[in-house]
Amino acid sequence: MVELSSNFLHTSFILYLIAIVFLGGAIKQKKGINRNKDEKAPIAGKIGICITIAGFISQLGYFITRWIAAGHAPVSNMFEFVTFFSIMFVAGFILFYFLYRSVVLGLFTLPIVLLIIAYGSMFTKDITPLIPSLRSEWLTIHVMTVAAGEGILAISFVAGLIYLIKNIDHSKRTKKTVWLEVIIFGITTVLGFVIITSIFAMTGYKSEINWVNKEGQVEHYQYKLPPLLGPNEWELQTENRMEPLIELPAIIDAQKANTVVWSFLIGNVLYLLVRLITRKRVGQLLQPLVKNLDKDLLDEISYRSVLIGFPVFTLGGLIFAMIWAHIAWSRFWAWDPKEVWALVTWFFYAAFLHLRLSSGWHGEKSAWLAVIGFGIIMFNLIFVNLIIAGMHSYA
Amino acid sequence: MKNVKCECGHVNPLGTVICESCGRAVGENSKTNDLLDMRYEGTARRSQVRNQTIIDKIWNFFSSVKVGVVLIVLALIASAIGTIFPQEMNANLDKPANIYYEEKYGWFGKIYYLLGFHDLYSSWWYILLVASIGVSLVICSLDRAVPLYKALKKQRVPKHISFMKRQRFFNQKTVGNTEKLVVLAEELLKKSRYKVILDHGSLLAEKGRFSRWGPYVNHIGLIIFLIGVMLRFVPGFYVNEQLWVKEGETKVIPGTDMQYYLTNHKFLVEYYSEEDNEAYKNALEQKGAIVKNFQSNVTLYKASEKTLPGKNPELIKIKDDEIRVNKPLTVDSFSLFQASYKLNEISSMTLALTKKETGEEFGEITIDLTNPKDVYDLGNGYLVYLMSYFPDFVIKNGEPATNSPFPNNPAFAFKMVTPDKPEGEISFVAIQQNLEPMGENQYKMAFKNADFVNYTGLIVRKDLTLPIIAIGGAIFLIGVAQGSFWQHRRIWIKEDNGDLFIAGHTNKNWYGFMREIEKIFAGTEIPIPKDQGLEKEKKDTTNQGVDSVG
Repeated sequence: MVELSSNFLHTSFILYLIAIVFLGGAIKQKKGINRNKDEKAPIAGKIGICITIAGFISQLGYFITRWIAAGHAPVSNMFEFVTFFSIMFVAGFILFYFLYRSVVLGLFTLPIVLLIIAYGSMFTKDITPLIPSLRSEWLTIHVMTVAAGEGILAISFVAGLIYLIKNIDHSKRTKKTVWLEVIIFGITTVLGFVIITSIFAMTGYKSEINWVNKEGQVEHYQYKLPPLLGPNEWELQTENRMEPLIELPAIIDAQKANTVVWSFLIGNVLYLLVRLITRKRVGQLLQPLVKNLDKDLLDEISYRSVLIGFPVFTLGGLIFAMIWAHIAWSRFWAWDPKEVWALVTWFFYAAFLHLRLSSGWHGEKSAWLAVIGFGIIMFNLIFVNLIIAGMHSYA
Repeated sequence: MKNVKCECGHVNPLGTVICESCGRAVGENSKTNDLLDMRYEGTARRSQVRNQTIIDKIWNFFSSVKVGVVLIVLALIASAIGTIFPQEMNANLDKPANIYYEEKYGWFGKIYYLLGFHDLYSSWWYILLVASIGVSLVICSLDRAVPLYKALKKQRVPKHISFMKRQRFFNQKTVGNTEKLVVLAEELLKKSRYKVILDHGSLLAEKGRFSRWGPYVNHIGLIIFLIGVMLRFVPGFYVNEQLWVKEGETKVIPGTDMQYYLTNHKFLVEYYSEEDNEAYKNALEQKGAIVKNFQSNVTLYKASEKTLPGKNPELIKIKDDEIRVNKPLTVDSFSLFQASYKLNEISSMTLALTKKETGEEFGEITIDLTNPKDVYDLGNGYLVYLMSYFPDFVIKNGEPATNSPFPNNPAFAFKMVTPDKPEGEISFVAIQQNLEPMGENQYKMAFKNADFVNYTGLIVRKDLTLPIIAIGGAIFLIGVAQGSFWQHRRIWIKEDNGDLFIAGHTNKNWYGFMREIEKIFAGTEIPIPKDQGLEKEKKDTTNQGVDSVG
C-alpha cells in the first residue's frame, strides 16, 4: 500500500510535467472582461487542463492509499503536509481555471507545485505513528482546512507574480525589477536545494562529525551534504570525507546553515547561468509569455483568491486550531510560534483586504502584497517548523 | 453646518459626493468626468462632517481605515517579534529571566529581555494595541454602516445620465422600442433573481445587497470575541489549577470549592510497536520508542452536602473514567486535562535504627514521603523523631533547604532516642549520605529500601468565556463568508428619447458580473455594457479602478 501510494505521487509529478508543455502551447489565448466571444479556447490548453486534473486525481490516490496504510490522515509530518499543500495548490488552480478559464495561471502554478512536491520529498517519507497530542480527529480537520486555505491563497501569489512580470517595465533596472528578481531567485534557491540534496542522496554521501556544543558537551551530526560550514570544534568521524571549510560558533546550527549555503550556491549558479546565457533579467524572459493577458483579470483573480482563501484559512488556521488546542492543551491559545505566525498571516491578509477596499491598493500594489502574503505562508511552513522550536516542530 | 444643493434641487448633507436623489456628482467631484467613487454610495459620514469636540477628534482618528490598517500592521510586527526567542511562559526557564535570556542568546537576548519582549503578549502596550484595534473596529463600522444603510434603503430608481455614464460598466444605444425593451429587461432580470423596480421608464435591478453587511457582521463577531477574551480577568469566569495525584491517592480538585475529589488508580504510558501497524517499522527503527498514550485511570467523587465543616467529607462516586491527552474529563463547567506525569517517584523510604558497632537492628520505620509522621515509636524505649524533612534537598547559602515540595531527593534530620542515649543522637540522612553534625554517634539510620509510585499531572480548567468566544468566532466567520462569497450587483437602465442607457456596478468580481449580464441579455437588443475602467486605465495607467467597500 505504501509503495502504491508513492507510485501515485510519482505519476502525478510526471503528469504535471507533461501538462506544463501543453499549457505552454496555449498561452496565445487572450482573456479579459471585454473578451471576444467568438474566440475559442485552444485545444492545447484543454489537453493541458485534462492532464492536470489526471495528475490531481493521481495525487488524491496517493493521499487515500497513504491514509489507509497509516491508519490516520497523512498530514502529520513535513513530507505529508508539504505534499498535501501541493494537492490543495493544484485544487486551487483547478477551481480558478473553471471560474476564469485562465491557462497561463496553470503554466505558472504547476512548476511551483512541482518544486513544492520535490521539496516535500526531501524529508523522511516514513509513516510515523501519532504521538498522543496528535491523536485526534481535529488533526485531520484542522490541518486539511489550513492547507486548503493556503492552497487557495497561493493562487493569489501566482496571479500577482504574473501581474508583476507582465506589468513591470523591464527595459531598465529599477527597484521593482530588482525585487522581482529577488523573488525569482528565491524560487531558484529552492530548486538548488532540491537538486543538491537529491544528487548527494543518490550517491549516498554521509559524513559523521562530532562537535562541542555551547554547554561544552560533545554532540553528533550526520552531514548529508559536504560540510562547507562545520560546527564548533568539529572532528571528522568518517574517513575520506571533506574537511569543513569554515567553522561556525556553537550557537548556530551548522548543519542547517550548511544546507542553506549549498542551496543558495546552487540556486545562484542556476540563476547566473540563465542571466549570462540570455543576457536578460528572468522577469524579462518570462514577460513575452504573459503579454497577451488582461491585467484587470489577473488583478481580479488575485483578489478573488484572497476573498475565498481568507475565510477558509481563518476557519482552519485559527478557529479549528483554537478548538483543538483547547481539547489537547487545555487552552485555546498558547502563543506558540506557529500559532503566532498563523495570526501574523491573518493580520496580513486582513490588512491586504482593508488596503484594497479603502485605500485603493489595486493592481500592482495589490500584486506585491499577494506575493508577500505567500512569502509569510512559506515562512511559517518552512522556517517556523524547522528553526523556531515550538509545539509544532514535527520534522 | 452647510449643506450641498444639487442641480436637481435636492439638498444633501455636507460631505456628500453623489447626490442622494439623482446620482449627479456634487462638490469637487462634479468638475471631472472620471468614474464615480461609489464607496459608501458617496454619502456623508460623521467623521467627515464633524470635527469640533474632543470626542469628534477621537472619533475621526479611529474612523480612518488607514489608522486601522496601521494598527493591524503594528500588531503584526509586534506578534512576529515575540517569536524570535521563546516567550517566558513557554520556555521552562531554569534561571531567572534576566539571566536566562542573556546567557542563552547573548547581547541580543539581553536587549530582548530589557525591552520586555520575553513577555510581549501580556505587555501593556501589546494589550493596548489589540484594544485600539477593537475601538477602531467599532468606530469604523458605525461611521460607515449607518450612512450606507440609509443610502441603500432610500436609493431612488431614476438616476441622472451623468451618474450612469460615470459608472465602470456603461453603454448606450439608439433603439426603436425602448419601452418594450425596458419591460423585457425587467422580465429577464427577474428570472436571474434580481429585485427589479421600475419608475418612470427607469429600471433598477439589484441582487446580493446583504453581502454589503458582511464586513460589519464580522466586525461585530470580532468585538464579541475580544469581549470574551477580556472576561477571563473577571473573577469566577476562569479557573486554571494544577493537580498532582499519585497512584492510589484521592485528592480534592482545586478550584471546585472542595466539591469534587479525584482518585488516581493508575497512570500509564504506552508505546507503539510494530504490531500496531507494519507501516511504522521504519519510523520506530529511526526514532526508537514513540509514545502512543498517556492515560490516568481515575474515579471522580462529589463531596456529600451533609458533611459537617472541618470533618472529612463523605464521598459519593460519580464515575470511573480514563483521562487521556485529547480526551479530558468534564464535570459541570470543569475539565481535567492530562498534562504531565512523573514516573517512579519515591513514595516511601524504609530505614532501620542500627547500632553501628554490632550492626544490631532495633526496628524499621517507613516514612510516607508525602505525609511523614513526627515520631516513630519502635517500642522498648527506642524512638525516632523526624526533626526536619527536605523533600527535594539542596544546600542553599550553606543551609539545607528544599527546592520543591516533590520528593525528588529526600533528606531527613532524625533524633534517635535509645535506652543508652536517652537524650538522643542527631543524624542527618540523605541519599548516599549520613552526616553526624553533633559529633560521633553510636546509632545510625540505615537505608533498607524504597517504594516507587507514578504521579499524574492534571490541569483543572474552567473557562466560562468559551461560549462567548465561540459565538464571536462564529459570527465573524458568517460575516466574512457573507462579504466574500457574495457580491452586491446593481444594474440601471434608462430610456430617453429613443436612447437606451445601461450602467452596472458591483462591489467586487466584475468579471463574473459582466459574464452574467452577457448571459441575461444575450440575443436581445439591450446593449451590453462596456468596461470603462479598462479603457480608462489604458489611457491613464495611474488611475486604478475602484471597488467599493461594505
